[in-house]
Amino acid sequence: MNLKGIDFDYTLRMPLYGVTIIGIVAGGLGTFALLRKQSLLGDTISHAALPGVVLAFMITGTKTPINLLIGAIIAGWVGTIIIGAIIRNTRIKEDAAMGVILSVFFGFGLILLTLVQKRWPDARQAGLHQFLFGSATNMLEQDVWVMMTLGSITLLTLALFWKEFKLLTFDPDFAKTIGLPIRSLDITLMTLIVIAIAIGLQTVGVVLMSAMLVAPAAAARQWTNRLPVMLLLSSSFGAISGIAGTLTSSQVSKLPTGPTITIFLTIFVLVSLGFAKERGLAWQWLRRRRNRRKIQISTALVTLLHLEDSHPADSQHPHSLQSLQASLYGDIPATMERLITSGFAVETSLQAWRLTSAGQTEARDTLQTMEEDLDDRLVH
Amino acid sequence: MIASFISQYAIEIQVTIIGCIVAAACAIPGVFLVLRRQSLMSDAISHSILFGIVIALFLTHEISSPWLIIGATLTGVATVSLTELIINTRLLKEDSAIGLIFPMFFAIAVLLINRYAGDIHIDSDAVLLGSIDFAPEDRFIFNSLDYGPKAMWVMGAILLANCILLMIFYKELKLATFDAGLAAALGLLPGVIHYGLMTMVSITAVGAFDAVGSILVVALMITPPATALMLTNRLHYMILLSIGIGMMSAITGCVIAHSVGDISTAGAMTSASGFFFLLAILFAPKKGMVSKAVRAHQNRWTFACHLLTIHLLDHEGTPEESDENTFSNLVGPHMKWEPPYANKIVNLSEKEGLITRHGNHLNLTPLGRETARAIMNT
Repeated sequence: MNLKGIDFDYTLRMPLYGVTIIGIVAGGLGTFALLRKQSLLGDTISHAALPGVVLAFMITGTKTPINLLIGAIIAGWVGTIIIGAIIRNTRIKEDAAMGVILSVFFGFGLILLTLVQKRWPDARQAGLHQFLFGSATNMLEQDVWVMMTLGSITLLTLALFWKEFKLLTFDPDFAKTIGLPIRSLDITLMTLIVIAIAIGLQTVGVVLMSAMLVAPAAAARQWTNRLPVMLLLSSSFGAISGIAGTLTSSQVSKLPTGPTITIFLTIFVLVSLGFAKERGLAWQWLRRRRNRRKIQISTALVTLLHLEDSHPADSQHPHSLQSLQASLYGDIPATMERLITSGFAVETSLQAWRLTSAGQTEARDTLQTMEEDLDDRLVH
Repeated sequence: MIASFISQYAIEIQVTIIGCIVAAACAIPGVFLVLRRQSLMSDAISHSILFGIVIALFLTHEISSPWLIIGATLTGVATVSLTELIINTRLLKEDSAIGLIFPMFFAIAVLLINRYAGDIHIDSDAVLLGSIDFAPEDRFIFNSLDYGPKAMWVMGAILLANCILLMIFYKELKLATFDAGLAAALGLLPGVIHYGLMTMVSITAVGAFDAVGSILVVALMITPPATALMLTNRLHYMILLSIGIGMMSAITGCVIAHSVGDISTAGAMTSASGFFFLLAILFAPKKGMVSKAVRAHQNRWTFACHLLTIHLLDHEGTPEESDENTFSNLVGPHMKWEPPYANKIVNLSEKEGLITRHGNHLNLTPLGRETARAIMNT
């Protein structure tokens, strides 16, 4: 297949399939990790997987991905179980427990790795480098099948316990009250996250695997408040970043896949933080500006009305900028301009305004609404 | 003999000394990270400083330039401020913010290294894993005199700076850590203290990564303080213990690595610290898991003995005494104890001097009476 000059041969197709699976699975599970405030678990698990990977190699003597994958899953799983045990039974908090397990497991893995290199000199540094930074280029069809199978099992389990996981995430106390087995559900969800990470480790590497888990979910969170939508968005962001990163790194020389994917993930996050509908910073800014203007207009109306009422003899006389400055803030001429456009005020002489009759009605309405609001607030 | 020992193991001794200095320097900011629940900031900072190092290398083309330390420290502080910036938008929680920023810096750094690897000499594996075994090879030579390994002097200076800062700002750090609200009310500026601490973490991580790699930085910053936390409630003991445990891990790791031969010294130091941590969470005198289980077990017996004294006191001098205060009553309808259990409790109480046994009848001793009354009064 040839599309716009990119040659989609086997060596590009397989990594593309691979990162798509990783993106979908990690993006999906990342949703739960993010909502449960366990974003850094990805980093911990991916580091803690090292001794498992090396042990799997020592036991089987082969470097087939499925062996290493199972090793990674077991070590990552043991790590999370120990973290849970430490948090429950000692005064050590989650962050320190994760830091200890992350570094100690990784250090122990390093010892094993140096032992391996002594015994099997051909294993060399390459294995470690791939573990740390990942490598998508030499992915085989059988690797893709392994990833696909494990990924499907993970997502199916997620679908099967959807309601339970949802409750566990948003209201664990209620889940406990209605008799759900909290601990087992928690361990199951953790196991799924461990599998999701293990699938991606060999492709994107230790450090960037945590971004693969956190970033798509963090971006998706900005666009919606609904869990299913967030999960779909997160999986899509993960897959799109994966594909875009792999394609870019295949076209540009000396651009490793993992970091390139991370750059695309970061772009997704930045755009979402900035421009997501309702939550994004740009929207927040616009909303704040709109609110500020609304308040400026209503205070201007009420002030003009008040000034009129305090001059009953000559209620039609205009009020100068100076007299308005006493009770209004912001750009008063601009506010007045907006009142004139709405037909609520007229500028009778330079920088002096008075209300129109429509403006008077509007001002009285505004005043009444304000008073009602105040009453409401006093009552409550 | 000592001289020949030193010359024979000169490299190993130097590696151990460097390890000890790194461990001590890391332990000081580490204690506060653990107490302030910001342990993983050390992980984030130690990864993202790679970016600062790469940029400084591009600009100076010199691996030993002090600009590397400055650039890396600035990146460390930038990591912290960007994280806070994201948290302050309230769009993401702290954990996600940390988890986004450091992979970003790290990814850019790795990309730069790969793209321009010809221009700069940096081994990204070594950044993560360190190369403490080669640290003694890089000498500090001044006026053509050899003053020992450079890493020793750099880390020594950082350790000294950490100690001085700790002594000057001990009170402020303590208050900001345990009661940020009061610290703010007293005008101690917790924000400034936070950034000060994070700068300390960054500088220490930069100095240490060269010798031991970023993963070991995390191990030495977090594991010894977490171990010390199991052993004491006092801040100054915790700091001293952390330094001691860190140094012990460094020494143990170096000795093991040397005696096995050809295994990662950094890995051995980390594993040693993990071993001490495991010992502490299991067997710490008051807070260890095993010690707590043993105490809970003992409490069960003590509780039963006390219950027995209360029961006996309750019926002492009443008409029912001859029925109630008997062994057969314990296994009978009232207490429903199993006979072997009841036997054990009675024997234990007798041994403790709480009761005396006359055949079937049980009598309180003055000590037993006093114990029961004391419990009833509380």
